[in-house]
Amino acid sequence: MTFLGMPLLPSKRRSDLPGGQGNLIEAEAFPEASHQHLSNQQLRNNIGHATSTIREKRAEVVSELDDWEALRDAGEATKNEVMENLPEYLAQFEEAFTAAGGIIHWARDADEANAIVTELVEDNAPVLESGRREVIKVKSMATQEIGLNEHLETQGIDAFETDLAELIVQLGEDKPSHILVPAIHRNRDEIREIFMDKMPDAGELTNEPAVLAEAARKHLRHKFLTTKVAISGANFGIAETGTLGVVESEGNGRMCLTLPETLITVMGIEKLLPKFADLEVFMQLLPRSSTGERMNPYTSFWTGRSEGDGPQNVHLVLLDNGRTRALADEHGRTALNCIRCSACMNVCPVYERTGGHAYGSTYPGPIGAILSPLLTGVEEQGNGSLPYASSLCGACYDVCPVKINIPEILVHLRNEDVKANHSPVSSQLDAALTGASWMMGDGKRMTAAEKGLPLAHKVTGGEQINSLPGIAGAWTSSRDIPALPEKSFRQQWAEEEADRREEEGEK
Amino acid sequence: MRIALFATCIVDAMYPEVAQATVRVLRRLGHEVIFPEGQSCCGQMHINSGKFAQAEPVIANHVRAFTDTEWDVAVAPSASCVASLGHQQPMVARRMGNDVLASEAADVADRTYELTQFLTDVQGVTDAAADLGSYFPHRVTYHPSCHGMRLLRLGDRQSSLVRSVEGIDFVELPLADSCCGFGGTFSVKNPEVSSAMLADKVRTIQATNADVCTGGDASCLLHIGGGISRFERTGSFDGAPDVTAVHVKETSSTDAQGHTTEKLTTVVGADDDHHLTPGEQGTSPVEPSRSQSGFRVGQAAVHLARILASTKEDPLRVPSEGAEVSGGSLR
Ligand code: SF4
Repeated sequence: MTFLGMPLLPSKRRSDLPGGQGNLIEAEAFPEASHQHLSNQQLRNNIGHATSTIREKRAEVVSELDDWEALRDAGEATKNEVMENLPEYLAQFEEAFTAAGGIIHWARDADEANAIVTELVEDNAPVLESGRREVIKVKSMATQEIGLNEHLETQGIDAFETDLAELIVQLGEDKPSHILVPAIHRNRDEIREIFMDKMPDAGELTNEPAVLAEAARKHLRHKFLTTKVAISGANFGIAETGTLGVVESEGNGRMCLTLPETLITVMGIEKLLPKFADLEVFMQLLPRSSTGERMNPYTSFWTGRSEGDGPQNVHLVLLDNGRTRALADEHGRTALNCIRCSACMNVCPVYERTGGHAYGSTYPGPIGAILSPLLTGVEEQGNGSLPYASSLCGACYDVCPVKINIPEILVHLRNEDVKANHSPVSSQLDAALTGASWMMGDGKRMTAAEKGLPLAHKVTGGEQINSLPGIAGAWTSSRDIPALPEKSFRQQWAEEEADRREEEGEK
Repeated sequence: MRIALFATCIVDAMYPEVAQATVRVLRRLGHEVIFPEGQSCCGQMHINSGKFAQAEPVIANHVRAFTDTEWDVAVAPSASCVASLGHQQPMVARRMGNDVLASEAADVADRTYELTQFLTDVQGVTDAAADLGSYFPHRVTYHPSCHGMRLLRLGDRQSSLVRSVEGIDFVELPLADSCCGFGGTFSVKNPEVSSAMLADKVRTIQATNADVCTGGDASCLLHIGGGISRFERTGSFDGAPDVTAVHVKETSSTDAQGHTTEKLTTVVGADDDHHLTPGEQGTSPVEPSRSQSGFRVGQAAVHLARILASTKEDPLRVPSEGAEVSGGSLR
């Protein structure tokens, strides 16, 4: 029986459902992982510049639409509807896709997906003189997530990224740090160096964007025309018609989707929309939120196979890789509504300072801080620190085109992490919070505790505090603490009340 | 009206003068103020740390304290805590399987207002000088806290009240809507990121040359004030990345009274060609102001309740006048 990627047994515990694998797991906890990036001023400048530019463009084009909030509501409602009925929509999609001449493959996790794609490439791409096979790729988050390129390489298959930014990342033997602008952490000089180094035919290059883009175009043109197999992701899958869609800026995607004989798409099971007409809403939400454009330059939709036109072998790998697990989490599942616009990372003050690599996953920024732990489970050590990588300022929730309440899911996942009980030896902070809970659970205890203020005031000499030991030292590493008052407000209040009563009594 | 003051834990224990100021403002409008003695905290610290089980007794305590006494509305000088009452307390109570507590918490939250929300929406106060006698002849900039801005949707309630104080020289804070980096335990769990955010916030505040930065949340002001104090004392934030030049774009305009006001729009944190190029029209790098040296925490960042409570008869003084920030008793 086909595994639909859904929790078939209602009794099944979430933790028993398969967790996602691949490039989803943070090797190091976030505070450590962010350390080196924080001190990299060049990286912070590159990212700060890029995100503030996109942020302003987005705000401008969003403000043009009177019905932006209504569009967000509609987007949210549609995605909720999909998640509530995912098995039905997947079945409907499979039927329509197959009827149109496409072939569907179901992949439970990264390993299965990689194996399916490898087999398809081996069946359809010839072995070249070099003894290796080649495929071209249009930028795809799903294949990043499963580590497809790295896997193919070990199988004798070279995958060429055709998206300019993705190409920069690939040639630089680097990892993407942003879902829309994967090379956001690189500046022009660095890109020039990478190209000069890795494109021997390119000759002398300047750091002009046009020159660099032209070099990339020349580098790729031959590949587009000769490669037999292309691999793509998909922004949307339409259940009603079995249609797939890719939204892009450069036209490289269009080339990959139309020129090769075989097209293999890898798509997460959550990407469905019920009807073609739903695109009306999403094609307004996505480009404006993502690149700050009213409409992106290239939008391609294809429904199966057309005789004599375009790819003749059309395959789709439907990927679970932890999505079922995320869906089974009633407080976190709306993270699957994400349409990968990247607006949340462009407004996130934490992302802006650490960059994407600190999140250790294909999905950085606020959505990454919830999606990665939802897909893998917070039990993955590094991913357990991701939900804390936020000041809960709420900027992400404000911009999200499908209204994912990221701050609330962050808090939920912190609770999951607390329940998973990572560190049995409770930290100083945990101990402090436990003490505070006991004290604050009763106003009388709070009053009693605050009676100690005069003493604390004396101990500190009534002066502000510039350094403290232990966890509080994390605070005083860059901030001072004010002089403690001699009396708490409640003490002052009680005294003044007593005075008042006395005065009244005398009258 | 009989108003129950929710002082919040941080104001109660660290900034009693903010609660005093709140009481004075409310009394000036003719209200009776009571202080439900059983109160402690909204529970936000535990909730945001994911410790729902530990938050539950704190929530229950708050609900008990505020249902034990009779009052018409409750007022707190903290957007963040008021947001927590409405958004988080019922959610956590439900998650702990305590539906009764959830609905009781929602009831208390429904009748609890942030100070400027109460002044504006319930009392119709639009002119602090006329309606409250507020007087504060200083250059003031304002940081809207994230929870006030995004959870409570306070809009310009706080800033317009502050602007309407007599004698005030209000200067817009560049990039005001970016988070100061406090985030409760975030500042302890991710201290380096938090410091980097704080550093940028302090640089923009200094670029305004304001005497004080005000706001409606004692916790953010504790953070910002602590950062200003550290920077003024030592010239840097230890553990934070190097300070880079602050580029400020100034535009002048003349207001109705013929005063020239400078509006600052600033881009911070870059020293290369990515932002504004030095020499670009109307752009000049501004050195962070060091003139107000010797600031102590709580002096450079002052809660807006204290500014609203400041009057000609009983003024709040700032350090540049040679006195410590002070002023005001309950009566
Ligand atoms: S969470 Fe929302 S804002 Fe962030 S990438 Fe996804 S759709 Fe965009």
